[in-house]
Amino acid sequence: MIYREAGEFKASYREDQAILPIRQDRWFMWGLMAVAFLLIPAISSQYWLSTIMLPFLILALAALGLNVLTGYAGQLSLGTGGFMATGAFAAYKLATMFPELHIVVVILLAGLITAGVGIIFGIPSLRIKGFYLAVATLASQFFLIWMFNKFGWFTNYSSSGVISAPPMTVFGDFFVTGPHATAVAKYLFALSLVVFFAIMTKNLVRSNIGREWMAVRDMDIAAEIIGIKMLPTKLKAFAYSSFLCGIAGALWAFVHTGSVEPLAFDVNRSFQILFMVIIGGLGSIMGAFLGSAFIVLLPIFLSNAPHLFGINIAVDLISHIEFMVFGALILFFLIVEPHGLARLWQIAKEKLRLWPFPY
Amino acid sequence: MRIERDVIYIFMATLFLMVAIPWAAGQLSDEILFEWPFFFEVAIGGLLAGVMYSLVALGFVLIFKASGVFNFAQGAMVLFSALTLVGLNELGLPMWLAIIATLFVMLVLAIVIERVVLRPLVNQEHIILFMATIGITYFLDGFGQTLWGSEVKILDLGIPSDPGFYFGGAILINDFDLVAALIAGVLVITLALFFQYTRIGRALRAVADDHQAALSVGIPLKHIWVIVWAVAGIVALVAGIMWGSKLGVQFSLALIALKALPVLILGGFTSVPGAIIGGLIIGAGEKLAEVFIAPLIGGGIEDWFAYMLALAFLVFRPQGLFGEKIIERV
Amino acid sequence: MNITRVKTTIIAAAVIAGSLAGAATAFAADSQFIGSLVYRTGPYAPGGIPWADGFADYINLLNARDGGINGVKLDLEECDTAYNTDKGVECYERLKNNGATGMPAVMPLSTGITYALLDRVVADKIPLITSGYGRADAADGRIFPYVFVPPATYWGGADIAINYISAQEGGYGKLKGKKIALVYHDSAYGKEPIKTLEALAKQHGFKFSKFPVPHPGLEQKATWLKIGRQLRPDYVLMWGWGVMNATAIKEAAAVGFPRDKFIGVWWSGNDADMIPAGKAATGYKSLQFNGVGSDFGVHKQIKKELYAKGKGSAKSAENTGEVAYNRGLQSALILTEALQAAMNHYGNKPVTGEQVAWALDRLSITEDRLKEIGADGLFDPIELSCVDHLGKGRAKVTQWDGKQWKTISDWISPNSEMLRAMYEASAAQYAKEKGITPRPCG
Repeated sequence: MIYREAGEFKASYREDQAILPIRQDRWFMWGLMAVAFLLIPAISSQYWLSTIMLPFLILALAALGLNVLTGYAGQLSLGTGGFMATGAFAAYKLATMFPELHIVVVILLAGLITAGVGIIFGIPSLRIKGFYLAVATLASQFFLIWMFNKFGWFTNYSSSGVISAPPMTVFGDFFVTGPHATAVAKYLFALSLVVFFAIMTKNLVRSNIGREWMAVRDMDIAAEIIGIKMLPTKLKAFAYSSFLCGIAGALWAFVHTGSVEPLAFDVNRSFQILFMVIIGGLGSIMGAFLGSAFIVLLPIFLSNAPHLFGINIAVDLISHIEFMVFGALILFFLIVEPHGLARLWQIAKEKLRLWPFPY
Repeated sequence: MRIERDVIYIFMATLFLMVAIPWAAGQLSDEILFEWPFFFEVAIGGLLAGVMYSLVALGFVLIFKASGVFNFAQGAMVLFSALTLVGLNELGLPMWLAIIATLFVMLVLAIVIERVVLRPLVNQEHIILFMATIGITYFLDGFGQTLWGSEVKILDLGIPSDPGFYFGGAILINDFDLVAALIAGVLVITLALFFQYTRIGRALRAVADDHQAALSVGIPLKHIWVIVWAVAGIVALVAGIMWGSKLGVQFSLALIALKALPVLILGGFTSVPGAIIGGLIIGAGEKLAEVFIAPLIGGGIEDWFAYMLALAFLVFRPQGLFGEKIIERV
Repeated sequence: MNITRVKTTIIAAAVIAGSLAGAATAFAADSQFIGSLVYRTGPYAPGGIPWADGFADYINLLNARDGGINGVKLDLEECDTAYNTDKGVECYERLKNNGATGMPAVMPLSTGITYALLDRVVADKIPLITSGYGRADAADGRIFPYVFVPPATYWGGADIAINYISAQEGGYGKLKGKKIALVYHDSAYGKEPIKTLEALAKQHGFKFSKFPVPHPGLEQKATWLKIGRQLRPDYVLMWGWGVMNATAIKEAAAVGFPRDKFIGVWWSGNDADMIPAGKAATGYKSLQFNGVGSDFGVHKQIKKELYAKGKGSAKSAENTGEVAYNRGLQSALILTEALQAAMNHYGNKPVTGEQVAWALDRLSITEDRLKEIGADGLFDPIELSCVDHLGKGRAKVTQWDGKQWKTISDWISPNSEMLRAMYEASAAQYAKEKGITPRPCG
């Protein structure tokens, strides 16, 4: 009744090809942007902003990158943590070697360096497929972490191998890293970058290259037969995905934690991002955000829930129950909707189109 | 079991390189000491360690072979079975009874997993099933620790663990590793025979090929899955006992699965002999690399070298040494 | 209405509500809140559980015996981090504003979480106390006004180990030409002593070799074959953590390396790491910065006031002698002494982090005070100042006899001159990178 296309006319091809063709969708998206940019910083506590929203956003960006690689291009990869580490360390070296560079430039350059690294480690994908590729990308994961631990040059020869982000500003006195940065500043900075890249990715996957990726995912032999070249297509997927993961890693090190050692990006981080992508829904931009929300928010809620309901349980029991409930919820959501939370969202929208009619 | 010619060539090349590269490294660099007795010590130590990896990889292979599921929860199953065994033992059961009770527990676990997880997700994509096993991992981790606690527990089966000097006192081999290798070898041979020559084994292979086709010729899918997960549980228990005796039964035991993954991709996801041969190659390869190549680049390369080694093999055979050739139809 | 959508909406709303409300919990307005970041679960739980017990027991002892500090009751809340940096940061952010005046100090018990909190504690003005871990160069209090590192640091520990070895060999002169190896966890923690050991190797002429073990260290056969059969050093030092420790000791036994020449740092000297190693661990040595056993006055009081009444945190009174337990006890002692000094100055009410930092800048736990508490011989006296956030940094060497640790040396002092220069140089580099001006310590 409310959410329908009746009465909307498209007067040009351009309008017809819009990402959000339905007017209500566009209003919803603007509303969401208003909430994200204006409402949330205004009413949220510092805990909410810096411990919940910030990791959610940064990991959603990494999940976006992995979704492009695994969901759209069909290349299962477990090297995400290594690429995030590359982004973080590249950003650190750039920031310390060229202190005059603006932080956005540093982050973008770090992303480009990571894209290069991603291309190198994506070469096996030309020969190996499926779960074999996933385990092979673990080689890149372990190698990159070893490399950052081994060579002191990456950490400017600090005795403990930890990199520490120098305080940097976006403009004027607006610090986004270091002890002077406020939670609101960090949140808005990360939010802007994430929204920008989400829009860019959405456009990319609707374009030629996105269709090539999806063709490779669905049946790569057929894709090759109709003329899609495997080498550039797969390597472009790795490059773009690593670009986003590198930026996420740089943001994590600079804006979220401030000081990071290579083990923060170890294989557990890779698995965490992969879980986000699978739970959120492979091959969907919205899925990256939903998955990130699930994996980041749910454990926090689960460990706070006993306090919320006034039950006093021992801390270790809370942790164990959190694990169990988390595992059970993953199973529940997979059984209810194997294609992820994004599919649930899509079904909800389709039902809403017909409301109040059932079909 | 037919071995292709390719595999034999690759195998011989590997053997040659495994001797030649350390020897060459020893000649080229002063830091690396190459002596034949020491080389054999490292190689044998590596082979024995590789057998221990194969034990864990076996569980993965079994489940992938029969249900097409990459069971991420294998590591958690290793930990859970070891915890249950030690927990029951501490509660007062004698060891032999505790082992039988734990086997029973793993059977119940297999039944529950089949009913709750596998049946609703039948014929879904591989990656969804993979994610489901991750849910199982989280659940088992929390459940195991809730039941038996997070402290480290000792598992002492009386296996001697002193260094033994063989071949006239020149070569050092750990007795514990020898016993573990023997037990693992017996297990692998039993499983290989089981898959090849029994009716249930053939049914398992049919199910691995195609669930729906197997159903249509009358193979009871549900029973097969319970059987295979139960067998994987038994393998997990044996692996848990061996590794638990080595490291103590604690949470980190679940991380052993990461060491078994290169074995899996080298040997092929669907091959039991592949798990053993893959384990031997990875074990020997990574130890030889750590001792003879690593000093040139700083050390600590074991982890990623194993994966790089497996990757190198995959370039020549994308389905692993003994894995089924991946046939893609347009 | 689709039932799935209803379920999704409800769960989504609950998750958001739960997370929003996470920060708000009520505490009595006139009690001192103490937030404790511990790990009772996860891969390092065997080492974390005794620490958490020791910490909680001491706080509860003060409440039970004295009714708190200067009459102000202590409100302890634990948060389980499972040694995970993300969780640790979340725990800190959630707890830091609890209670009437917020968290008085944070002791994260993990190097990873420490580094993640370094920036935040400066902004939040909450002191970060890292006893025997974390950034060694925080000993320079002018650059790290909110980080305190009593009673010992890793760099000091490395020096003390070499000091002990030289004593065993008959003097520093006898070290020339000897081979000393370091087996370390390939992470920030494990790499800490390398610079110090390299400097000492140059100074005294021994050959220093490094053997990294990639995390988590389940398989070390190749490393120990290199050490035990190829290099055959005179001594091996270990900077290991968790399961790596037991594996290393077992592999050392497997290659026949004598355990009494194998010395680990305090985090490689937990009871929980010796037990899985079994017989192989007998003779292994470790540095500790506190005493061992439970024959001290404070333990007797804890057993009387808490365990006799069933209020102890550990499983039983026998576990109160573990070294990890004593470390937790010491951290609680440092915190509560600082709280008392702050209350004596600012009044007997809940104190803020800034006030506790003031007290820590002048912390003085003397030998007499330790006797009063019943901990003389258990802990070393601590004297901090605005410039020196470390104190004497002494440690002793203990040896595992198969069942427990036995002290086999006296308190050994590290070479404070050399180390102080190193601390200041490293802190200065950090200050330059971060743009921090050293505070004046008049």
